[in-house]
Amino acid sequence: MDTRDLISILPLLVLAGWACLLLLIDLFVPRDRKSITAILAAIGISVALVINLMQLGEVRQAFNGMIVLDGFASLLITLFLAVGLIAIAQAYDYIKRRGIERGEYYSLLLFTLCGMLLMATAGDLIVVFLALELLSIPLYVLAGFARPQLESEEAAIKYFLLGAFASGFVVYGIALIFGATGTTALDGIVASFAATQENPVLLLVGSGMILVGLGFKVAVVPFHMWTPDVYHGAPTAVTAFMSVGAKAGGFAALLRVFLAAFPELSAAWAPMAMWIAALTMAWGNIAAIAQKNIKRMLAYSSIAHAGYILMALPAAANPTVAPEALRAVLFYLFGYAITNLGAWGVVVAMEKAEGGGLAIEDYSGLSNRRPGFALAMALFMLSLTGMPPTVGFIGKFYIFRAVIDADLIWLALVGVITSLISAYYYLRVIVVMYMRSGEPETRSESWLNATVWLTGLGTIVFGIVPGPLLALASQSWLSSLVP
Amino acid sequence: MPSDYLPIAVLIVLATAVAFIAILIGHLFGPRRPTVKKSDTYESGMRPIGPGTRRMSVHFYLVAVLFILFDIEIIFLLPWAVVLREIKILGLIEMVIFVLVLLVGFVYAWKKGALEWE
Amino acid sequence: MTLDLILFFGIAFIAVVSAISMLISRNAIYSALFLVLNFVAIASLYLLLNAAFIAMVQVTVYAGAIMVLFLFVIMLLGAERVETSPSLPWQLPVAILLGLVLVAEFAYVLFGKVAQAGGELTGVGEGFGSPASVGRMLFDQYLIPFEVTSILLLVAMVGAIVLTRDDRKGSR
Repeated sequence: MDTRDLISILPLLVLAGWACLLLLIDLFVPRDRKSITAILAAIGISVALVINLMQLGEVRQAFNGMIVLDGFASLLITLFLAVGLIAIAQAYDYIKRRGIERGEYYSLLLFTLCGMLLMATAGDLIVVFLALELLSIPLYVLAGFARPQLESEEAAIKYFLLGAFASGFVVYGIALIFGATGTTALDGIVASFAATQENPVLLLVGSGMILVGLGFKVAVVPFHMWTPDVYHGAPTAVTAFMSVGAKAGGFAALLRVFLAAFPELSAAWAPMAMWIAALTMAWGNIAAIAQKNIKRMLAYSSIAHAGYILMALPAAANPTVAPEALRAVLFYLFGYAITNLGAWGVVVAMEKAEGGGLAIEDYSGLSNRRPGFALAMALFMLSLTGMPPTVGFIGKFYIFRAVIDADLIWLALVGVITSLISAYYYLRVIVVMYMRSGEPETRSESWLNATVWLTGLGTIVFGIVPGPLLALASQSWLSSLVP
Repeated sequence: MPSDYLPIAVLIVLATAVAFIAILIGHLFGPRRPTVKKSDTYESGMRPIGPGTRRMSVHFYLVAVLFILFDIEIIFLLPWAVVLREIKILGLIEMVIFVLVLLVGFVYAWKKGALEWE
Repeated sequence: MTLDLILFFGIAFIAVVSAISMLISRNAIYSALFLVLNFVAIASLYLLLNAAFIAMVQVTVYAGAIMVLFLFVIMLLGAERVETSPSLPWQLPVAILLGLVLVAEFAYVLFGKVAQAGGELTGVGEGFGSPASVGRMLFDQYLIPFEVTSILLLVAMVGAIVLTRDDRKGSR
């Protein structure tokens, strides 16, 4: 170990140290001035973000290969930290309004972010597992943060039980892989299998179990059952963060582990991922149609989007398409994060103190009351559907193109058809906002408004000028794939 | 080698034997003349109210969790102590960081009153 | 070799019997105590495999601390006596099926390895799982996981306090 190792994980070090300090500082912050904690947390994330941006483009291994810093990691870390900042802005007034404001909220948020950062840079299955736990455990607590409200408690316990179950799958899969190859290092697994070709069955079962475990985390069918209840019961600001951060974290691990450690087994896992993706897109979109509650609808929508993102995995199994698929998936994750955080921001603004105002019907007349918000929400809905000129359209376009280039035409077809189906329930929100009359109760909280404007702007700007972000994504390689 | 653990095995056998013998002797030699009053539930001379087992406070759970966490911390100290001479100052720093992080948790638990009994 | 075999079968017998007793006990506290016995038996098996450190962890953390937590939770829920809990209709067949899958998997690994090694399996070296060798690995190769563990423990602590303490009255 030397200082170079430490510099490689400097954003993570800063964030983790800051989170610990914040926990202590918060003890001395008076109850009615928890805003101080929020601002301090935001400063910590910003510092980590700046350090990360300074390291953009560096490629190296650290801590004996436990940590891999490459373009893929740096770009995802940027995404995670930006999501963290938006999550703090969205929670700032929301948790005050709900009467659940406690300083631990922000510390736990920082710890979750640490887990995501570690996930993006993990070069060893042990680190993947620890990152998964560090990402999940604070989220279980945050989901139950509105305790003793029953829905929130239910969300926490469901999320915890199924999350623990999923972690069990991952750790058992890791054990089997270690048994098959004698190593847990991602590059070691490839090397060992390439050299000996021993124990393919164990390796296959192990990788299947990791797919199942991470599938739970990113909520793909058939491992999605917890999602609507958890997303519905958790405090809305937490749900917003969870639906973007935890999902992106899960996909970071999924892509890196499968592309870096099991490329030789792609003949087996690519069809599996393909079917899961197709099922997820179909079921997520169909089930969303029946939802009357906006949180549940967006929960199913997030399941469907997990399917679109997962499409990139079988496409990337084809080495010639891999760069294109990887670029598409990184861009999609950014677009999805921007759009989804915006949509959840509007939901946060519309929620009443008692947890009311969450039915889609409650949005009637929003265009008269708050034309700006209605416009932003309409934009987010169009982007989630995948209509131009939004970022969602560009994201879907590149994902579909990568899938078609990998000769998975039927999968792309499923994607297009389910996108058409999804238009029904996304557009319904727009119809309700603009065509129905009503007097919705809204609030105007400056930080929350700022996140909605910012994400709205991002949705349209990256939809019209996707070039720079695409260029950045195409430079963001997984170091193991560098030719 | 299994034989290294022979003393422990002997100890386990002895401890089990003593426990059984103690129960057995009481059972064999103790006089037993039960009456209705004697076999009744005893609650300091009061008439028993409610079920014999009561729900425990959630506070016990918190204490147990804290116990586990610090127990795991101690577990990590053992292999560290054994090899400290080999890993030198770097190992010391590593362990100091580990303990400091948990110290944060300790201070937090203390200030939050998790260790107090109301 | 034969001593090892005798020890193994003795301990394995205790482990299996205690596991079955744990399952069929009506009183949850008895179940928990049988689980302690099971943990200790498993720890002895680890010793036979030269994994001294893991054996010690098994006894102190699992048979010690985690069982204390289990007992507290059982008493907390007042679940000492479960009145013939309604089992799910498909619970038993699924459990048997999964058990068979596990047995098949173990058999595959075991016989596969024996076949690979040409009939005789060699154990790991004597010092393999000793605290010293674990320490050497932990503080060099596995430094990052080790430090992350401390943060994980911290988060667990904060989570437990946040979810059980009532903040509105009393302390800050």
